[in-house]
Order: sequence, then structure tokens, then C-alpha cells
Amino acid sequence: MTVTDSVRSALEVDKVESHLHPAGSFDVADHVVPTGREEIWRFTPLKRLKGLHADAEFQPSATACTWNTPAGVRVEGVDGDEARALRGVSGLVPNTRFAARVLAEVPSTLLVDVPADADVTEPVVVELTGEDAGVTEAGHVVLRFGRHSRATVVLNHTGHASMAQVVEVVVGDGAQASVISLQDWEDDAVHLTHHQTLVGRDATYKHVAVSFGGDVVRMDANVTYDGPGGSAELLGLYFADAGQHIEHRLFADHDAPRTKSNVMYKGALQGQGAHTVWIGNVLIRKVAEGIETYEENRNLVLSDGCHADSVPNLEIETGEIEGAGHASATARFDDEQLFYLRARGIDDKEARRLVVHGFFNDLIRKIGVPSIEDRLMSTVEAELAKNVLKDL
Amino acid sequence: MSKLEIKDLQVTVDTEDGPKQILKGVTLTINDGETHAIMGPNGSGKSTLAYSIAGHPKYTITGGTVTLDGEDVLAMTVDERARAGMFLAMQYPVEVPGVSVSNFLRTAKTAIDGEAPKLRTWVKDVNAALEQLNLDPTFGTRNVNEGFSGGEKKRHEIAQLELLNPKVAILDETDSGLDIDALRVVSDGVNRFRAQEGKGVLLITHYTRILRYITPDFVHVFVDGRIAEQGGPELADQLEAEGYDKYTSALR
Repeated sequence: MTVTDSVRSALEVDKVESHLHPAGSFDVADHVVPTGREEIWRFTPLKRLKGLHADAEFQPSATACTWNTPAGVRVEGVDGDEARALRGVSGLVPNTRFAARVLAEVPSTLLVDVPADADVTEPVVVELTGEDAGVTEAGHVVLRFGRHSRATVVLNHTGHASMAQVVEVVVGDGAQASVISLQDWEDDAVHLTHHQTLVGRDATYKHVAVSFGGDVVRMDANVTYDGPGGSAELLGLYFADAGQHIEHRLFADHDAPRTKSNVMYKGALQGQGAHTVWIGNVLIRKVAEGIETYEENRNLVLSDGCHADSVPNLEIETGEIEGAGHASATARFDDEQLFYLRARGIDDKEARRLVVHGFFNDLIRKIGVPSIEDRLMSTVEAELAKNVLKDL
Repeated sequence: MSKLEIKDLQVTVDTEDGPKQILKGVTLTINDGETHAIMGPNGSGKSTLAYSIAGHPKYTITGGTVTLDGEDVLAMTVDERARAGMFLAMQYPVEVPGVSVSNFLRTAKTAIDGEAPKLRTWVKDVNAALEQLNLDPTFGTRNVNEGFSGGEKKRHEIAQLELLNPKVAILDETDSGLDIDALRVVSDGVNRFRAQEGKGVLLITHYTRILRYITPDFVHVFVDGRIAEQGGPELADQLEAEGYDKYTSALR
């Protein structure tokens, strides 16, 4: 849709005609500025993006970046030839103007490099602390997990920022990699981010997206496979307050046989104008025989005036699959659940609190990093205290 | 003390064709320490009686009174009723995903008592209650009613009855869907509860089977939203032999 036919045919492995995932290009000129009518932009409030989707100048970063360095891991800002060589290292060919611009324009890249066979128990935590939402900026992050390594990387976004970002993840053959991205911004933040992961042969990848803060947060999280037997678990948790727009777009591109994807996103909405979008795209290409995929999105609407969009898309090009399914549900509090709890003496407020905790609990327990699990339970608590339980 | 008085209770539910009257004037008193059985055919309004006393929002009270030890039950919220000493063991217990049985039981106990139970004795009490109902110790880690078998759901209801220890228990078809072993286990739990001084039980059932294990002081035959006949335990035997035809044919 936004690229020429010649580019499209040159890039597609086995061409799939679909409006859901336009073929990409590194050339910014191939991407016209979105108008909001495009399928992949129609849910996003472009006016609130501060031009990040169009031609906002990428200014010197106003986001402080700090990290810990567990033994054996290299974490460093790199530039020059090394940085240029990392652009597209995940197989990403940008399908949005903002991603193409980020790769074309960023002067440096934050690289987390986990060597082959390294078993790193302590999570690498990268703190990205925004200091000025008036500064439009771009960031490129590369997370490289060597063959048969095991490690966890946390990207913790806080503060004030207007950021266009590309995060590229390369999971080597047989590696076990977890990437957790927390969007815990202040209310004025705008964050457009594209996470692209290449999952190696027989590798296990877990990607966790947690979005609480910010005025607009949009994350595209895509996965492709670098060989058979790779497995991706994509987990997400979001909580939108009044006026917030939180959008998660997942794409599991099964381009290798016997690969797996399992997507589970849960969100809660409260307050006037809270808007969440979840798009779960799964493509099973002809070559991808014997794959398994399941995707699920659940939304809990806690007050009036909120809107949750939830769209699972499953495209199947081969009949030889092990299993493919999806589920999507958006609901208010279940009166029967509340009645059951209240009939045991639990007051209305506490009953609602229990139900929301329960809603997120199973998902939070799957994250696998205890400190983050605890923090998220408290964050859920704080979000509830802010609005839904206040008036009861 | 525990005296539940139901006087001329009238209840409607909203349907597509407007409100429909289900209870047409029910009067029943459960005195201190009494067990009453309510028996009746399907659709006679037995469950409506149970759920409207517990305060389910689906039902509208259009007349009559319900008091517990003189307190106006109908003026209370659902949770206030439970804290006042009412307990409803449900026919179809509801799943609460992500909330463990032990968390649920502790939260309920804290709400009923107005303070958190002492940790050491509480854990012991919970384990004992679960064990008496043939529930595995790992049961506490499972999510409330999620993936429970029919028997596990009912045994979990009775475990709650014993741990929360209300004044009056309303058991809504707790026996339905239970095999004979589970029925015995559940009945033993109810009997332990009512062996305490002054506990009231309103046992709603479709079958006479459970009354062999829990002997009621009074039996009421419920037909078309009201009590059609009442008597002692012998009335249950008569129903066993003759069925409900005699009552329902009068309606035709």
C-alpha cells in the first residue's frame, strides 16, 4: 500500500497479498506520511504523535539511558560502522515511515550483546528516563542473544519523552531469551515503537510488553523465525486511564516449519476516553508446516466512557498445521462473580479489587522475573486506587 | 441466637414480557437450631427463594419481609447479609479466574470477622476443613471454582460453610450432581455445622436422597411460588413414594 510493486516483489520470501502487512523498505521515500486511513494506522490518533509518524525532527536525545552490566554481557552505545551494521540485523525491513526514519537517522545504537553459551541469571536492566516530552527524538536498540545463551533484558521507560524507537532482537539458535519492555511513562509521553525479533532455530523467546503510562503508546511487536523449531511467547499487560491511547500490534510471521507462537494480552480500561487497541496478526506461510499458534486478548472495562478495540487476524497459507486458534473478549465486571464474592461477606470494593487482581494475576506470574512481578502487582493496585475504587 | 423469619415474601424477575412473579407469598420461620427442608419440582421457585434472601440483583422483592434475629435482611447489601450471618451454598458456584482458593477464603474470613484470622490457626483450620471434605491440600492454590469438578465445587461450598461458620445456612441443591460418596462427605460437613448450638439450616432440594443423611426438623413442599404443604420428616417419605403429582396436578 505504501510501497511500489517492485520493492514489494523484491522483498517477499513467498509473496502473500495482504493489507495487514505491507512489504517494507529502508528508503524513507518509499513510505508516504500516513493519513490515518491506512489499515495499520486507522486506530492511532495521529494528531497526538507530535509528528513522529511524519517528519518531526529527531533532536538530540533528552532521555537518560543507564544500565547494569552483568558479568559476561556487553552493554554499550555504539556508533559509526558498527551501529550501521546493526540496522536491520533482526531481518527488519521497515514497513512504517517512522521505523525507516529511525534506522536512517539515528547516529548511535544501544547494543546489549549476550555471548554464545552465556547463562546470565541477573536481568540486564536498561533504564530509559525521559526528561523532556517537548523534544522529539529517535532511538535504536539491539538485543543480541548468542547461540545457546540464556538471559533476560528489561527496557524500563519512564519520565517524559516523545520517542520514535526501533528495538531489534536476535535470538540465536537454541537460546532462551526474555525481553520485557515496560512503558511506565508520565502522562505527557508519546512513544511509537517497533520491536522486531528473529527467533533462531529451536530457540525460546519470551516478549513481555507492559504499558501503563503515556498519552499515546503504540507498539508494533513482530516475530519471524530463522529456522524450524523456534518458539515465541508474546505476553502483554496494559492499563489505560482517562484520555490515554495504548495500542499493541502483534505479528507472528510463521515463515519456518514447526515453529510456535503463543500470544496472551490482557488489558483494563478506566475513565473517559481511555482507548486501547490490540491487533493480533498471525500469518502461516506455505513453508510453515506443523506450526502451532494461539493468540488471545482479554479486556476488562472498569468504567463508562472507555473503548477497547480487539482484532485477531489469522491468515493460513498451508493446511498442514498442528493447531491455530484465537480468542478475544471484552467485558465489564461479571455480576455473577461479584455476587459470589459478596455473598461471602466481601464488600463491593474489595470484590472488584480481587477480580481485577485475578484477571492480571495469571499473566503476571508468567513473566518470570520476581521483582517485576511484584512491582506490577503494586502498579495494578495503584491504578485501581486512582479511579475505579475511588468512588465506591 | 439465630432466627430467620420470612413473611409473605413476594419476588419478581424481569423477563422480555415484563416482570414475572416467581414467589407468591412465602412465609417460613427457622427458629434457633432448626433444619428445614424445602422440596419441590423444577421451576417451583426454590432457588429464587434462596437467591432473593441472599440479595441477588436479578430478583426484585415486591412484598413481604425477611429478618434475621429481628434485623431487616432486605435492607442490607449482599455482603452485609453475609456479615450478618447468612450463608448461601450455591447450586452453580462461580469461577473467579486468577484468585486462589486460599486467598479467597482468607479474604472472606477477614470480611466476616472484621479482622484478619491469626495466621497459624487459620492455616490449620483451612487444611482441616479441606481434608474433612476430601479435598487435596493443593486445592488452596487452585483458582476459585476454575476447572473444579461438580463434586469439588459443592465440597468447596461446604468447606466455606464450615470456615465462615454463619448463623443460618441456605443450601441450594447442594446434593444435585453428587455421587453417593460425595453426598456423604457433604452431608457430614452440614451435620458438623448444625451440631453446633443454635445454627439454622434451610436445605433446598429436588430429591429426598440427602434427607437420609441430614434429617430435617420440618419439610415444606414448594409449588408454584408458595408453600403447598408442610410437615415433619415423614412428609419427605411420602413425597418419595408419591412424587409431586398430587401438588402439580392441582395447578393444571
